[in-house]
Amino acid sequence: MMNELIFFFNKVIVSGAVLGSVYALGAVGITLIFGILRFAHFAHGDMMTMGAFVAFVLASIASALGISTFWPTGFIVLPFAMVITAGLALGIDRTFYQPLRAKGVKPVTLLIASIGVTLMIQGLIRLFGGVQTRSFFENESKQLFRFDVSWLGASRTVNVSEPQLLLIAVTVIAVVALHFFLTRSRLGKGMRAMADNPSLALVSGINTNQVVRATWIIAGSLAAMAGTMLALDVILKPDLAFNIVLPIFAAAIVGGLGQAYGAIAGGLIIGFAETMSVFNWAIMLRPFRDNLPEWVPNDLSIVPTEYKLTVAFVILVVVLLVRPTGIFKGVSS
Amino acid sequence: MRRDAMLFLALGVFLLAIAVWQQIPTTLFMLVTASAYALIALGLNVQWGYAGLFNFGVMGFLMVGGVAVTFVSYPINEAFWASDGPFMLFKALLAAIFGGVLVYLATNSQRFGIKGKLRTFLIVVSWATAYIVYRSQIDPAARLIEDEAGFIGGLGLPVVLGWLFGGVLAGAIAYIVGRICLGLRTDYLAIATIGISEIIRALVKNMDWFTRGTLTVSPLPWPTPSPADIVASGLEDATMSTVLARVGFLSLTVLMIAVIFYFLQKAYEGPWGRMMRAIRDNNVSATAIGKNVTKRELEVFILGSILMGIGGAILASFSQILDPSGYQPINHTFIVWVMIIVGGAGNNYGALFGGVFIYIVWTVSEPASVLLFGYISDFSEGAGIGAIPNIESRALQMRVFVLGLVITFALRYFPQGVIPERIRTEK
Repeated sequence: MMNELIFFFNKVIVSGAVLGSVYALGAVGITLIFGILRFAHFAHGDMMTMGAFVAFVLASIASALGISTFWPTGFIVLPFAMVITAGLALGIDRTFYQPLRAKGVKPVTLLIASIGVTLMIQGLIRLFGGVQTRSFFENESKQLFRFDVSWLGASRTVNVSEPQLLLIAVTVIAVVALHFFLTRSRLGKGMRAMADNPSLALVSGINTNQVVRATWIIAGSLAAMAGTMLALDVILKPDLAFNIVLPIFAAAIVGGLGQAYGAIAGGLIIGFAETMSVFNWAIMLRPFRDNLPEWVPNDLSIVPTEYKLTVAFVILVVVLLVRPTGIFKGVSS
Repeated sequence: MRRDAMLFLALGVFLLAIAVWQQIPTTLFMLVTASAYALIALGLNVQWGYAGLFNFGVMGFLMVGGVAVTFVSYPINEAFWASDGPFMLFKALLAAIFGGVLVYLATNSQRFGIKGKLRTFLIVVSWATAYIVYRSQIDPAARLIEDEAGFIGGLGLPVVLGWLFGGVLAGAIAYIVGRICLGLRTDYLAIATIGISEIIRALVKNMDWFTRGTLTVSPLPWPTPSPADIVASGLEDATMSTVLARVGFLSLTVLMIAVIFYFLQKAYEGPWGRMMRAIRDNNVSATAIGKNVTKRELEVFILGSILMGIGGAILASFSQILDPSGYQPINHTFIVWVMIIVGGAGNNYGALFGGVFIYIVWTVSEPASVLLFGYISDFSEGAGIGAIPNIESRALQMRVFVLGLVITFALRYFPQGVIPERIRTEK
């Protein structure tokens, strides 16, 4: 029995936590932008990819300089990549969104503009980076930790790779830091006030421009973090995050758009829902195999593996129908 | 009005220039595809331009059209009809109907006085039961069909019938999607429609028994004589027969567009169009004067999706292949939005212009950017920096960037499009 539980832990809990962390980091950015600027920022996925590419370039430079540490180089350069991506996010806002906001356009127009930005980022990444996949671990090895849990009576090991552990760790750190920023700092309180009631925030003297800048800095750096860690865990490719931008939106909506904590919960919910629904539950019944009736099939996964991403959309549609404001009550546009 | 005529004239001159550069057969190929896109753009214009509905799931409806025309027009697969497949599919259909009835009963259980938590519980249980019952029937059916016959094949009926079926099927799906999503606010509607189009894509890609999935179905028949037919009838010259066949196809699509355009324009100018604009511009006041906003929006959503379904069916027929992995949001959703934004939302002439113009630009930008990058590469090689590696694949990406730039540029400097909507005042 223990072996099956360990298998379940590896397949569902670890991958779910990894996927959920990536979704959560992305969804926080989307939800903050929606709360402050009131539009669905579709280019967020490509901002994550952009961050990962920035990190890759920095890591290549670092290894060319001969910098090599105990940690993966891609992880070492992460803070710099975050700063650069935050700067790029500010630049994108200044160039493409700010002029439209100044004209007082509808939020829908901003959404369409963000799709334009998506295409531009994709085009540029492929123009300079090509379409091939890249690995952060060409010059160093990716460590896989096997935790021996024989004291539980299992012969299987708990398998976690180094990037996965780091990903979960940095997500926890980022979430705690974000929590303190939003609840303790003046700027963070201002952000929350503006998300709750923009006009009231304005009359109470909150510096709107500063809040908008802070939003892009947080969103951009978290996007870089999520993108880089995802690329470290899997592989770096030009459509790295474009494919998961919809699950991320699903996470933000499930959590209630505008709610930072909701986005984190939503990310984990979507992540675990995806891994759980493609998990073959028949494996858990294996110890009782001899006592089971004949008709129990060998495959008890809820959906076939190829529909994994579809799970997020189904959850999204159901949540939109049943509780459009999300599980934490979100802002309305 | 004179400005519009000049724009269309300029488009004609542009097409002539393309014809000289890219030869006539290629230009005809582009024109047929562009005509299908023009129809799709008209469909989106009905949804977004007339009624302000935010449909970002265009790709899904195009796929539905493609699958529909494949099913109707592809030759009959004898192996499938000889096997147990049809009977098992019939059982799966019964299971689906049973599930549907179960879900319907559960959602309407409040009529029998079942309310609150119990009703929610019943709904969840009924969905789960319906899903399990359906899966228990469809999975063995799918496995059997894939093993014994490959896929179910088609019905071997006329292609035009397939196009119409594409429209009907897309309309039916739009009804379901609209019932679910139209109550949502714009941003949510956008995300929901993208999500639904991705669900459709996942289904079409993986339902191998129905669509052959990534194996692709080809060749789909043409409604008009194909180049091979013309060669068989005695015309030896290959180029000439290709040109003739494409002209034949093009005249059919142009005829369809002309008819559809006429009626769309009539509807736009008539009371129905006025009502739609009233709902789009201020749905609160439209409700106040007694218009059923939800119903009208559903209506217009279905109408637009029917046009998209037909357009998608034409695209699949013309390219003669149903390739589920060939459908990408960039080529099938976003580009249609660019057509509408650049052409002018709310104006059918604008949609037509944008559809043809943007598609042609998108297609010729491929050889154009290869040419341009070749020059740059030669230059950089001459300057001692070295040639650009993988020119071809890189140059292709340039147009994605340009497409994005066009969107943001158009939104900022001419948000109404080149042929903007004209609000008519009383004569």
